Amino acid sequence: MSLWVIDKQSVDPFITRLMTAYRVVGPVAKGVKFAFEEIEDPADLRLDYNTSILPPKKYLQPQEERLMTFTRTGQPVAQQVIDAPPTVILGVHTCDLHGIRVLDEAFSQGYPDASYLKRRANTLLVGIECLEPCDEESFCKSMGTLTVKNGCDLHLTDLGGSYAVDVGSEAGAALLDKYGEARRATDTDMKQLNKALSAKWPRFPYKLDFDVDELAAVMGQSYDNKLWDELAEICLACGQCTLVCPTCFCFNVYDEVELNLKDGERRRRWDSCQLDEFARVAGGENFRAHQATRLRHRFMRKGRYLLERYGELGCTGCGRCARSCLVDISPVNVFNELHGCRV
Amino acid sequence: MATIQSDSVYVPVMARVLDIRPMTRLEKLLTVELPGGQSLGNEPGQFVEVSIFGIGEAPISISSSPSRSNGSFELCVRNVGDVTSALHQMEPGAMVGIRGPFGAGFPTEKMKGKDLLFAAGGLGLAPLRSLINEVLDQRSAFGRVIILYGTKHPSEILFGEELEAWAQREDVEFHMTVDRGDEDWQGHVGVITTLFPRFTINPRNTIAATCGPPIMYRFVLMELLGKGIPEAQIYLSLERRMKCGVGKCGHCQINDLYCCQDGPVFRYADIKGLEEAL
Repeated sequence: MSLWVIDKQSVDPFITRLMTAYRVVGPVAKGVKFAFEEIEDPADLRLDYNTSILPPKKYLQPQEERLMTFTRTGQPVAQQVIDAPPTVILGVHTCDLHGIRVLDEAFSQGYPDASYLKRRANTLLVGIECLEPCDEESFCKSMGTLTVKNGCDLHLTDLGGSYAVDVGSEAGAALLDKYGEARRATDTDMKQLNKALSAKWPRFPYKLDFDVDELAAVMGQSYDNKLWDELAEICLACGQCTLVCPTCFCFNVYDEVELNLKDGERRRRWDSCQLDEFARVAGGENFRAHQATRLRHRFMRKGRYLLERYGELGCTGCGRCARSCLVDISPVNVFNELHGCRV
Repeated sequence: MATIQSDSVYVPVMARVLDIRPMTRLEKLLTVELPGGQSLGNEPGQFVEVSIFGIGEAPISISSSPSRSNGSFELCVRNVGDVTSALHQMEPGAMVGIRGPFGAGFPTEKMKGKDLLFAAGGLGLAPLRSLINEVLDQRSAFGRVIILYGTKHPSEILFGEELEAWAQREDVEFHMTVDRGDEDWQGHVGVITTLFPRFTINPRNTIAATCGPPIMYRFVLMELLGKGIPEAQIYLSLERRMKCGVGKCGHCQINDLYCCQDGPVFRYADIKGLEEAL
């Protein structure tokens, strides 16, 4: 990785130039919160955001997307459609970069998912280093997602009047070269960056009572824990936790037909394992009929199943599910309680 | 992971329904031909995703054996949902979308030289028939073949002519039962487990394959284990909502396993500890 510096007053022109060639997406204010949205005016970009309502996942796996168009009548035929505009996502926090890594694995292992992978290939990620915790719900440091080893094309660190820019890929280098106005980092910049990075570390608390490497084993011993029944007593089974999660990628597929009854689309949209019908089969049998089993399934995926299958932990510590939960179910508390029952 | 050629794992290949034959009040047998008569290349126990554009897609187990492909394959379809209901209304010549074949099937090679015990309940005969016919077409490669089939009522019997042919064969031990007979029924009456006292086996050399409604498995498993068959020699085909068929959508997950990839055929030894399996 080579290190560059871009002055803050050069950021808006950089984005304006990017907008000529890309759909540029980044965090913007939405009421008192922040959301990733398509940038129309560079002044709207809020790289100082704490957290976003939804993770930037929605630009890689949209809430809804077309998989194919079809014709029903005559000789029925389907045509694959992949909506994958060239996109730059700005200001991705390191927890969300980890989330994207999980999606990359899930959609590329086994049968490759052309829709996701094409969109991913057409997307450049510009990360930003978190220097302060978002709020009391995040526990990224415990999950090992407070830093990023790879996975982004450029990575920014706020140095006050400028951003340090780490180049993480050739595509990132080309992007900076073509659209940016960056200079090579000097020794002074390096010192400033190191200072910022060392200063941030103590600001983030450890919230997990144990080492994250133990999590899969803790989950493995927690299948029959009574905590699942206790949580199910208060859980509303609303599915919000899955909607805001950066590593949830389950979906449903459905057909939509035009009014001419001839043409249509097969679409997919996010689905949630927390909803009652998720595991129901046509014959009526529901294999996770009780909320305790659905809730447990979600935590098992986050703490164990995804790690075993894809080599990446399914929880990034972003805290979104805890923030959105109407009855205050927080994953870090769940993990700690399960660990506590074990010892 | 060989599947029929398509642009993407989600885009079906258009196939022609050659024949559609009513079997019972609820089931029809569809014969489907892929374009250019290409082979489906399935293993016994695998499934395909069947599409009708505008209605949707459903996973259906393949009923025909690879040994009898003849450029087409058969699906025994029970009318229980939107897609299956639309399939029932189709006429020969209609086009359906096909993806697959997907999933892990029965290990035919491992079964060679072994005595085989098949236990099918109701529509569970559909995927088992693929394996049974594959075995019967290479009959000398296997030891004893014992087939148990149970349905609720004589009117629900599937593949009746084939069952009779199996019953006639000297190299097949065929036992059948209905939960409840009617005035014409001359055969055995009782649930499928009541067939087990009628035969003895050499459990070490026996591989069992079973498929049926979820309620059946526990009782059949008790009988199979009671006969002394090791857990690793019992195969079950499970039903789940396999929406994508390729291990992505999450609907068919059984604990950490994906029914569409790791199954639908599982060894009992591999799933007995999984609460969500049965």
